[in-house]
Amino acid sequence: MSLNLEQVFRTARLARLAVSNAEAERTAAQLNDIFALIEQMQAVNTRGVEPMSHAVDLAQRLRDDQVTETDHRADFQAIAPETEAGLYLVPKVIE
Amino acid sequence: MINLSLSELGAALAAGKISSVELTQLFLARIARENPRLNAFISVDEERALGASRAADKRRAQGNAGPLTGIPLAHKDIFCTQGWRTTCASRMLENFVSPYDAHVVEQLAAAGMVLVGKTNMDEFAMGSSNETSYFGIVKNPWDDKLVPGGSSGGSAAAIAARLVPAATGTDTGGSIRQPAALCGLTGLKPTYGICSRYGMIAFASSLDQAGPMAKSAEDCALMLNAMAGFDTRDSTSLDRPVENYARLLGEPLAGLRIGLPREYFAEGLDAGVHAAVDAALEQFRKLGAVTVDVSLPNSGLAVPAYYVIAPAEASSNLSRFDGVRYGHRAAEYGDLNDMYCRSRAEGFGPEVKRRILIGTYVLSHGYYDAYYVQAQKIRRLIADDFKAAFQHCDLIMGPTAPDVAFPLGAKSSDPVQMYLNDIYTIAANLAGLPGMSIPCGFARNLPVGLQIVGPWFDEARMLGTAHQYQLHTDWHRSMPPGL
Repeated sequence: MSLNLEQVFRTARLARLAVSNAEAERTAAQLNDIFALIEQMQAVNTRGVEPMSHAVDLAQRLRDDQVTETDHRADFQAIAPETEAGLYLVPKVIE
Repeated sequence: MINLSLSELGAALAAGKISSVELTQLFLARIARENPRLNAFISVDEERALGASRAADKRRAQGNAGPLTGIPLAHKDIFCTQGWRTTCASRMLENFVSPYDAHVVEQLAAAGMVLVGKTNMDEFAMGSSNETSYFGIVKNPWDDKLVPGGSSGGSAAAIAARLVPAATGTDTGGSIRQPAALCGLTGLKPTYGICSRYGMIAFASSLDQAGPMAKSAEDCALMLNAMAGFDTRDSTSLDRPVENYARLLGEPLAGLRIGLPREYFAEGLDAGVHAAVDAALEQFRKLGAVTVDVSLPNSGLAVPAYYVIAPAEASSNLSRFDGVRYGHRAAEYGDLNDMYCRSRAEGFGPEVKRRILIGTYVLSHGYYDAYYVQAQKIRRLIADDFKAAFQHCDLIMGPTAPDVAFPLGAKSSDPVQMYLNDIYTIAANLAGLPGMSIPCGFARNLPVGLQIVGPWFDEARMLGTAHQYQLHTDWHRSMPPGL
């Protein structure tokens, strides 16, 4: 399997990463080396094996539906790139 | 003083031979002198450290000191520390000051340890050489031209150079054990779920685990006693009875069955490392342990499966860095999507981007089953291999890394070569097992690490076994030349 430039750009778009042409070319070569390593998995017959999604078999812990957090808005917004009147500012998304 | 163990330092503090303020000043002076050369720390805060040491002395005077009270400590810069910068060695978090403490940070502060600084690391813990840090490479105290290992390379270099007696690390695929091996230290990755991940910046959540790094197994046991514990804020934290991880330190090794996986002693292992590990195994046999051959037949698949699972989880975890609520935002952008794309492109370094791209790709439509689900099935086979092996042995031993520390720049342009450095450590993360590395000799004048992997929740036995070895050897007391 090998990734072409178009696939690298498509994946970068999905990942919200801006990439230049030069960067994409370099990245494609490196990703293909890595995928050559990953491809070793395909030789293994795993039919009937239950996928292991986590290190420990855990049931999701539930808690009572009660407010436990106190208000930290000022602390949290102090480290935001841009805020106004208690809101996070981003470029306009709705005309 | 600088080579004393945590219990020796604790005894000196308890006997009034030295105060925490004096001890903290001693290590701060060492940091000021050596850190410009090693770059082991990203942040050091003398004033806060001295404030904490005064508080520790006061606490001792009031009769409330514990075994670790007043002893200086460094945190890997992946742990959120309120009021300190927490960068994860990334431009993305260059100016991030956490509004809260990680659980592990709270626990060690409650034990009275004195935080002196935040250590350098591979960016977002992605790397095995500490060369991907936005804040510059870390040098190995044993030789300035060599890497310290990674990703907890700053913590390892800081302890090896005796700039701090102990530090925290995190281990997703070997990031505590491999740098511990390359710098001649003892480091433990506990069973998944023992230490809370709350406030520990996420890389791959089903694999990430915090653990102690120090000079000896006894030190790691004391640290783990303070670090471990149930925390409701981490949904995968395990609610287990409190354990004393030092309780088996005095246990003799007679009859202990040590499993040697033949796959860990095969092609690709440096001859010098092999010889040092063999000598350590001989020492364990002298102490009454028996060695048995075991097999982990799917070992060779650990690295490929890991480089699907870890990047997949990373691509999801790192999607939170969008330049909106915290972290880097590009200076110039057009619409919202452009703001995301540019902020992330500027904020992340090349290795982090590579892993995000791998992860995004393997999770994307049409590839999920072939890569992600297949990797999860292989993860099961690897965990089952360990279960089968532990039918025949109590602990598994082998090399931590295939070679000693390598030169700076030697593998940084070839990701696959870099990834293969974790060939012996990754399987324990996939299976969720505890693993540790202890110094077991030298090859070409550089430290060699012996890896010990135990069954789930058997940290106390591993630490006890390592301690018995360290009672009869002094590799763990060796210091880099010129200290």
